[in-house]
Amino acid sequence: MKTKKLSVKSRTENLSSIRDFVSSSAVEAGVPPDVVENIILAVDEACTNIIKHAYKSYPDGEMIIKTKSTNTKFTISITDYGNSFQADAVPEPDLQKYYRQKRVGGLGMYLMKTLMDDVKYVSIPGKRNEVLLSKNLKITHTNAR
Amino acid sequence: MADFNTSIKEQGAVSIINLKGYLDAHTAPILENNFVELIDNNRFNIVVDFKDLAYISSAGLGVFMAYIEKIRESKGDIKLSGMTDKVYNIFDLLGFPLLYEIFKSEDEAVKKFIE
Repeated sequence: MKTKKLSVKSRTENLSSIRDFVSSSAVEAGVPPDVVENIILAVDEACTNIIKHAYKSYPDGEMIIKTKSTNTKFTISITDYGNSFQADAVPEPDLQKYYRQKRVGGLGMYLMKTLMDDVKYVSIPGKRNEVLLSKNLKITHTNAR
Repeated sequence: MADFNTSIKEQGAVSIINLKGYLDAHTAPILENNFVELIDNNRFNIVVDFKDLAYISSAGLGVFMAYIEKIRESKGDIKLSGMTDKVYNIFDLLGFPLLYEIFKSEDEAVKKFIE
């Protein structure tokens, strides 16, 4: 099992270095390129939500991104110390309704759930929040010994 | 820092925004400003060309949602062109092809306005 860690401040300017970090970790773990693209987008969406909602655009919050890979699974955990998040309170987006209401929120959450195999939120109110994103990998590794 | 820029050109009554690089929550305000500027100048026939766009997140998709209604109320439209398969797949996942006309090339999208 391999793990990697990146700590960054809660600023949108850091999204590109987050994407680079996740990309290189996933490529190193042998994740297929098209799956890497999906994982990058899911992590971008999770971090954007943290910056905008958990930290309400406060620029000096901590975000800790950890990746973990085994032969069968690639997992990313993102920890923040901002406002806790009620994942269940976010409804599935209805694009036609969004169009009428000029609403755009909730699309990121929907993408995360669609692109990943599992999305979990763990919140300890007043302490920390953690989002866990995971993708199952097909066992085709030749270096999986 | 994410690398993203846009350029706008005019072709008769149609304005074309070319996107280049990575469109995310950090760079989306650049595109928002383009739409605001075009709307302020009563330029409502807009083609957005994606052929040089490498990446889009929902913050980028949200920009299209934010201005489409105002533009259509003004008898204009936003038409999209030149998406890579990767970018198209994200639009498709969110059901955008039902709301926007998407063309293979910028020329086709421009012609649709002139028809």
